[in-house]
Amino acid sequence: MNFEWVVALRFLREGRFQTALIIGGAAAGVAVVIFITALVNGLQANTLKRVLGTQADIVIRPAEEVARPQREPRPGEALLPRVEARAQRLRSIDQWQSLDLALQAMPRIKAVSPMVSGPGFAVRADATKSIALFGVEPERYNRIVAVDEKLVAGEYRVQAGEAVIGKELAKDLGLALGDRFRIVTAETDAPVSDTFTVTGIVDLGVRDLNRRTVFVTLRAAQTLLGLPGGATQLDLKIEDLFEAEDIAQRLAAQTGLTVESWMRTNEQLLAAINAQNITTRTIRGFVIVIVALGIASVLVVWVVQKRREIGILRAMGASRGQVQRVFLLQGAIVALAGSAIGCALALAMIVVFLRVARNADGSPLFVLTVSPELLLGAVIGAVIGGLLAAASPARRAAALDPAQAIRM
Amino acid sequence: MALPLIELSDVHKTYGAGTDVVVEVLHGIDFAMQAGEFTALIGPSGSGKSTLLNLIGLLEPPTAGSYRLHGQETTVLPEAELTQLRATTIGFVFQFHHLLPAFSATENVLIPGLIAHGPVTAPRREAARDVLRAVGLGDRLDYPPRKLSGGQQQRVAIARALSLAPPLVLADEPTGNLDTHSADEIFALMRRFNAQRGVAFLIVTHDPRLARRCDRIVELVDGAIAGDRPNSADRSGEHLHAAATHRPA
Repeated sequence: MNFEWVVALRFLREGRFQTALIIGGAAAGVAVVIFITALVNGLQANTLKRVLGTQADIVIRPAEEVARPQREPRPGEALLPRVEARAQRLRSIDQWQSLDLALQAMPRIKAVSPMVSGPGFAVRADATKSIALFGVEPERYNRIVAVDEKLVAGEYRVQAGEAVIGKELAKDLGLALGDRFRIVTAETDAPVSDTFTVTGIVDLGVRDLNRRTVFVTLRAAQTLLGLPGGATQLDLKIEDLFEAEDIAQRLAAQTGLTVESWMRTNEQLLAAINAQNITTRTIRGFVIVIVALGIASVLVVWVVQKRREIGILRAMGASRGQVQRVFLLQGAIVALAGSAIGCALALAMIVVFLRVARNADGSPLFVLTVSPELLLGAVIGAVIGGLLAAASPARRAAALDPAQAIRM
Repeated sequence: MALPLIELSDVHKTYGAGTDVVVEVLHGIDFAMQAGEFTALIGPSGSGKSTLLNLIGLLEPPTAGSYRLHGQETTVLPEAELTQLRATTIGFVFQFHHLLPAFSATENVLIPGLIAHGPVTAPRREAARDVLRAVGLGDRLDYPPRKLSGGQQQRVAIARALSLAPPLVLADEPTGNLDTHSADEIFALMRRFNAQRGVAFLIVTHDPRLARRCDRIVELVDGAIAGDRPNSADRSGEHLHAAATHRPA
């Protein structure tokens, strides 16, 4: 070991109590930072999963139809037209098949699923309920919204003449697995109707969705809604949830279609998440500053206490740089030791938390995960903090006049 | 005549420059020492002895004048080179021995080498132990300073000062804190290293009894050299006491 290490370690060992004190402080700080981060990440992941579990990350729809005045005003002329907004009729995305293929080949996009959706009525005996009809390719749609995980009865199987419906709708119409009902739509000139067998009943977590949702095959919906071969929207799932708006804007610019990300359709949720992130960051920042100040104050006292020894070392030929590095090293060492203990402490806190925080049925309230990156980041951050905290005391130590320091 | 080991000419030292209280502590010192000399620096308190010693030890720079060490002018050197020069040329022994309490006797002796040459090697460790044995601490090699008596601690300090075999050792009241018996032992030890290894010693002392046993006595009064005389009397360790009692004051 070279001079700096030998002296730094020995000084730390010599001042056991102070060393323990700052290592303890650093450990507590790091533990709090890791625990809070894990907690907030877990909470957010949980919230996002619940809220976004029934939506696509990005939805592509046909461009809205706009009414235009019949002619542009000529120079020197003013038009006073009253332009009524157009009613948006159900339309297919132009060339959706090729767009579908292009999207599937794009990086950062995990899954694409075409859908035909429109309004209709579910009819059984005397009861008629208004529904939202979703025509999907079941496997592909399942990668956007995990319908199979939300089944309460039957299976997620949608073939010709089969339908998976929301549980409130099943109750309203008195439908059980294997029962048949009729779907009527009025999108074309004459009403179209078809009969379906219930193969699955799902709970989408939102009452309104449960009351209206009916999944059928893409083809059945195309027929019912009068859009043969069409798709009214493409649903996308992407790698990083928070890139959704970026990707959506790019796609909108590229395709000229209406592209909406979950971040647009759930602005309040996004605002809440951002507020949470800022809060976490602020708390983290404060904790780090407090820990750094703690390390710095102990080291400052240390330098004062060790004046004479620093003087001796300088008299024996230690350079200013060497003395400075001794104290920087001390800062880094206590921060490293503290953060290692802090990591262990945080993991223990999380284990305890998971044991205590449970739903009524005994399942965990939500998943708390600590990534290796988080731990590594905390350790690296702590060491940098330790070095910064030690910088000023180390400079003081290096600047000591050896002749004066010895005379003390 | 060979190049002097140290040579100061017209050295001034002023404290408080730029403030209201400017004090000149040394007023134009001319002083030279040859290799292997054994010199006492005496004088009343406040005469500037420690300041002169710090200057010679490169712990602080003179305000004006020239200081050549081994013929090399030191006043023009940057801090880093002075530190380097200090490490390889000068050993220090302080009044309060100033051992590092966190390190054992052997480790204290190893520190100058650790600073100058990097990580400790087995031969260096053995050499450090040899020096400690030479100062009579063969049975206390791994004791921490607090478990050693004052005289023993000062022996460790001498061993430390000698560990890199510097040509010059500066001792500031090396026996000032010791009883007469221990003081004599420490003094004899320094004489022995001077005789055996040719190490030059410059010893600041208040004790005229010890000063008389040096080869040369330099007296500093009010920041100027008031006396500088050779002391050619018998100085072998065996006759120290006899010499001290027979010499007229």
